[in-house]
Amino acid sequence: MRQADAVNRELFTENDKNMSLKEKLISSFMAFENNVDVDHPVHDVRTEAIKNFEAKGFPTKKEEAWKYTSLNSLQKVDFSIFPKQQNALEYKDVKKYFLHEIDSYKIVFIDGIYSSFLSETTHDGVDICLMSSALTKPMYKQIIDVYFNKVASKDESLTTLNTAFSREGAYIYIPKNKMPKKPVEIVHFATGNEAALMLQPRNLIIVEENAEVQIIERHQSLTSNEVLTNSVTEIFAAESAIVDYYKIQNDNATASLIDNTYINQKGKSNVNVHTFSFGGKLTRNNLNFFQNGEYMDSTMKGITILGEKQHVDHHTLVHHIEPNCESHQDYKGIYGENSTGVFNGKIIVDKIAQKTNAFQQNNNILISDKATINTKPQLEIFADDVKCSHGCTIGQLDEDAMFYLQSRGIPRREAQALLMYAFANNVLESVRIPELKTRINKLIAKKLGVNLGFDL
Amino acid sequence: MLEIKNLHASVEDKEILRGINLVVNPGEVHAIMGPNGSGKSTLASVIAGKEEFEVTQGSVSLDGEDLEDVAPEERAHKGVFLSFQYPVEIPGVSVTNFMKTAINESRKGRGLEDMPANEMLKLIREKSELLEIDRKFLSRSLNEGFSGGEKKRNEIFQMAMLAPKVAILDETDSGLDIDALRIVANGVNKLKSKDNAVIVITHYQRLLDYIVPDFVHVLHNGKIVKSGCKELAMELEEKGYDWIKQEAAV
Repeated sequence: MRQADAVNRELFTENDKNMSLKEKLISSFMAFENNVDVDHPVHDVRTEAIKNFEAKGFPTKKEEAWKYTSLNSLQKVDFSIFPKQQNALEYKDVKKYFLHEIDSYKIVFIDGIYSSFLSETTHDGVDICLMSSALTKPMYKQIIDVYFNKVASKDESLTTLNTAFSREGAYIYIPKNKMPKKPVEIVHFATGNEAALMLQPRNLIIVEENAEVQIIERHQSLTSNEVLTNSVTEIFAAESAIVDYYKIQNDNATASLIDNTYINQKGKSNVNVHTFSFGGKLTRNNLNFFQNGEYMDSTMKGITILGEKQHVDHHTLVHHIEPNCESHQDYKGIYGENSTGVFNGKIIVDKIAQKTNAFQQNNNILISDKATINTKPQLEIFADDVKCSHGCTIGQLDEDAMFYLQSRGIPRREAQALLMYAFANNVLESVRIPELKTRINKLIAKKLGVNLGFDL
Repeated sequence: MLEIKNLHASVEDKEILRGINLVVNPGEVHAIMGPNGSGKSTLASVIAGKEEFEVTQGSVSLDGEDLEDVAPEERAHKGVFLSFQYPVEIPGVSVTNFMKTAINESRKGRGLEDMPANEMLKLIREKSELLEIDRKFLSRSLNEGFSGGEKKRNEIFQMAMLAPKVAILDETDSGLDIDALRIVANGVNKLKSKDNAVIVITHYQRLLDYIVPDFVHVLHNGKIVKSGCKELAMELEEKGYDWIKQEAAV
């Protein structure tokens, strides 16, 4: 009976349009099992995860954390869970999506499948390669045992959904005192050569003591077909490690992204995550920092510039577990047309985490009457000797500043753009790759729709 | 060149200017003095076209053209310049880039092509030397972290770059030490010609030692209550504004 059931489920997989996305995912799990090593210990983690997802399902607006972001309409899309064919891309056609001004390591996926043609991986002193290798090859087993799914949530439903299907993504291991010669770009392309596609990349990044890495991540849809990416990244920064992570979210109007990033930091480490949200249909960023050590710094910066009916939801969590640490959050948002934004910043300071300095700032400008932003700081402080500050503002552009620019002959529209540019720009100061900074500068100017009369 | 006729202006239904008449011809320097709250800065803003103020009566015209429905940027294109009492800080935009934008937008407004880069650089070099502005200063973010003196010097630098027909200097002397005052005044004097005019708005006579006015007007309660030549400024310095207020009350 059980077996018949399984066969039936498999037959229905990807065919039954009436099946909900949740049902479809659960039944696809069996098809997925045919293609992975079910005897590997990782598979026990996957099995546990799918059970959790089956019990919880997709989050709904009834949950506080999802109050302003609905996944309902996405669940009505008939997504392919696995790509049916392998698609190729020419470098010249996608060059603009890379930071091609500089040399970089590249881990590139097309429709969730690794593209060796577009990639440049390495094992020269550091490992910059594929999750599929790390999850299957014996030489990585020890590391996978120690790190895989150790900081990612085991009960957040979308994270467990990703864990259940974890098979491919980027694997980066930087041993003690090492730093790769160049930054790493992780790029996911969706070609949409077949219908709507759901992707679930899984990244694992381990930076050992006193090691350093710079990573740029991008999801890019090349199709008008719907794409839904549910990504999980685990980052482990050991003592005195430095990690710079840049997320470029400038996708097209039919691409949605749920990004779940979990960071485990140890003493004296420094982890900076910059999130540039300039486009996409629906983007949810769950950025979670766990500070397991002293004298460390966590920085979260974001620039959001949206128009049309785009939606971005930034959820940050910083858990200060030990004393003498800092966290800095600075998110700027510019919302036009019918776009909507959410910022929810949670800071937890444990009782023993004395001398914590936690700063959080979220400033927004609404340039359309129809745009909305919901912003909420959430502070849970159990220690008494801490400095925590938070502030959020929502406003229009300052009319005195507008008048100043206009009186210099700059038309209203250009003056607006210049002020928005100035507003967003200071977030870029901490970007440590100059070419990336220039690139983002240009993107901001382009996004604001004007030529500012000078090269940025 | 600039003609103000029976100008009344209000903000949020509160009348601030109550019938100002003033004619400024090419080559002239006018000083407008007056106690705090007399409407000096409002007058400057209304001439430059700030929309917050509503003109309820009268008119401002430049070269015979009524400016009523002319946007601030278009007024700038036509040759009106206002040096702000409190210049706005614009982080992330350098003085040079700001100037390039302002110059080229003004040229666009007049139907001209962008200024060629080498010409722009030459102009920037020339005008920054005039105001003794350091090269490093030009790459700093506009007004961000500038001292009071630097802000004002930068205002006059912008004036030099834009070469307006009518320049209004709103309290340009406030926050300046004597050296900065001299540099700023020297800059303004060098820019003066028989074809342009300057309106100096100030509370004190100090600046007028350096920028010598042809006419001095005293503003009180939204009206020009007394006009004269430069001796009037000295008289005000000596006696204060009380006697003007009393005279006006009679």
